[in-house]
Amino acid sequence: MTLKLGVPSKGRLMEKTFDWFAKRGVTLSRTGSDREYAGAVEGVSNMELVLLSAGEIPRELAAGRIHLGVTGTDLVQEKLPRFEQQVEELAELGFGHADLVLAVPQCWIDVDTLDDLDAAASAFRAVHGHRLRIATKYHRLVREFLTDAGVADYQLVDSQGATEGTVKNETAEMVADITSTGETLRANHLKLLGDGLVLKSQATLWRSRVAKYGTNEKAALNTLLDLLEHRK
Amino acid sequence: MALRSDIQARAAQLRVRFEAAGAQVVDTPLLQPAGILLDLYGEDIRARAYVTTDALRGEQMLRPDFTVPVVEAHMRHGAEPARYTYSGEVFRRQEMDPDRPNEYLQVGYEVFERDDAAAADAEVFSLFALQVRGLPLRAATGDIGILMAAVEGLNTTEKRKAALMRHIWRPRRFRSLLDRFAGRTPVPESRKKLLSTEGDLTGSAVEVGKRRAAEVQARVEALREDAKAPPISENELLALEALMAVRETVPFATEQMRDIAVDLPQINPALDRLDARTAAMKARGVDVENLDFEAAYGRTSMEYYDGFVFGFYAEARPDLPPVASGGRYDALTRRLGEGEEIPAVGGVLRPDLMLQLEEVR
Repeated sequence: MTLKLGVPSKGRLMEKTFDWFAKRGVTLSRTGSDREYAGAVEGVSNMELVLLSAGEIPRELAAGRIHLGVTGTDLVQEKLPRFEQQVEELAELGFGHADLVLAVPQCWIDVDTLDDLDAAASAFRAVHGHRLRIATKYHRLVREFLTDAGVADYQLVDSQGATEGTVKNETAEMVADITSTGETLRANHLKLLGDGLVLKSQATLWRSRVAKYGTNEKAALNTLLDLLEHRK
Repeated sequence: MALRSDIQARAAQLRVRFEAAGAQVVDTPLLQPAGILLDLYGEDIRARAYVTTDALRGEQMLRPDFTVPVVEAHMRHGAEPARYTYSGEVFRRQEMDPDRPNEYLQVGYEVFERDDAAAADAEVFSLFALQVRGLPLRAATGDIGILMAAVEGLNTTEKRKAALMRHIWRPRRFRSLLDRFAGRTPVPESRKKLLSTEGDLTGSAVEVGKRRAAEVQARVEALREDAKAPPISENELLALEALMAVRETVPFATEQMRDIAVDLPQINPALDRLDARTAAMKARGVDVENLDFEAAYGRTSMEYYDGFVFGFYAEARPDLPPVASGGRYDALTRRLGEGEEIPAVGGVLRPDLMLQLEEVR
């Protein structure tokens, strides 16, 4: 059997992951046509590249179908309860930086903190008859964050894309979303809450604690870890 | 773990005993409309309850407890006074602790009774004490009504009191509000800047979203007003903190709280109700001299208890949830009754935990 490494199948995340491994003496490449999700590994024997959607990598790690995987801290923490028990962080890759933040319309000049948000949510519910809606795809992380902060009278509405637009469309009053520079938020007339940083995320190499490691997998993992250790 | 059939047999036995105490059996659907529970508990309930959906009825939850459907059934067509009992599964989503069951049986007893709250409280507590007699349990009691009376009578603005009341069941947010209203928290720079202004401030940023400029301006006015209000006095704050820290046997706790009432006289009527309940419990043979009382007890549970609260805990097993728990929830009937309300008190038992503790003995 081989040591399976899951890498996001598309875009800059894949290219940057390939670069990161290349600098450490491991050459990852796509094989076949651009449409085919197959890959090759040079530099470590008995290691296999599996190309997956970034969102599926946490689940595959937790199921033990891949031994290693590259994906964001945000996705691992959102999708895996008690993630520390299922995966181990091997290395932060230094790219794919993104923060999960709470953002409200800039015209809410009275709201700068979670404290304000809680008070505004209470008043909003009294006026409009429903709880203040927060559009997000990170339900668990946002809910746990707000529960911990003691914010009430809000409701999470699911948004899998174009989240910032929900406020203008009035399907949500505010958003909890990933941002790297905050530019999209500003363009949509939104601002960050001062204490509304839910999570700092970056692309990270994870090891599954659940996957089976035979002799070959162990040897491949040790070779890889040595390479990573030497080129830090 | 006890066998499922044994647990069911024990549940049936307990329910028969509650029937003998005068309760009528109610049954409620396993699937509950999610909207009511979400309105009541907020998004937090999603962490505890299983949610499922269909295109026709939308979001529904697998019954996380019986209280809400029983209250609803009573408000629809209950006679007064009424006593109900039920037994059946409840479902609790578990994301952190694999050792906690996500499905277990509860047997409950609920009293809807307008007259003599003290007698109804004592009836429920002593009935539950009787069911768990012989098990190595410690009883804890409290009364959220005393803390609520303390907050309602604070010498501060109505808005501050309403904000504190809203977070009675969220101790951390309650604490931070209290610190702010007492002037213990420094005012953030952004807030100072906002407060240094006058007049209508909206209109400088593009208006987006359903929360309108008038609402923003209303809150700015409210913040300005709040900034002018004097802080909650040190004296009141210390008394409130002393009250929340009371943890003693009932007679000593009562004595301590009567001392605190010198500075917080607003709690005296609630303490009179506690005295009446203590007398009613004593009359029913409860050993109140050695019964524990914690003023802050029940503040972190599901937010509907607003008076007497109790729980029975396995002393040697701090990892186990309470074997029995309950309390008074008058406010819940007000919220679910659409204008109607009726004082209510009740509790639930866990037959599985009872059997588990008996096995060890």
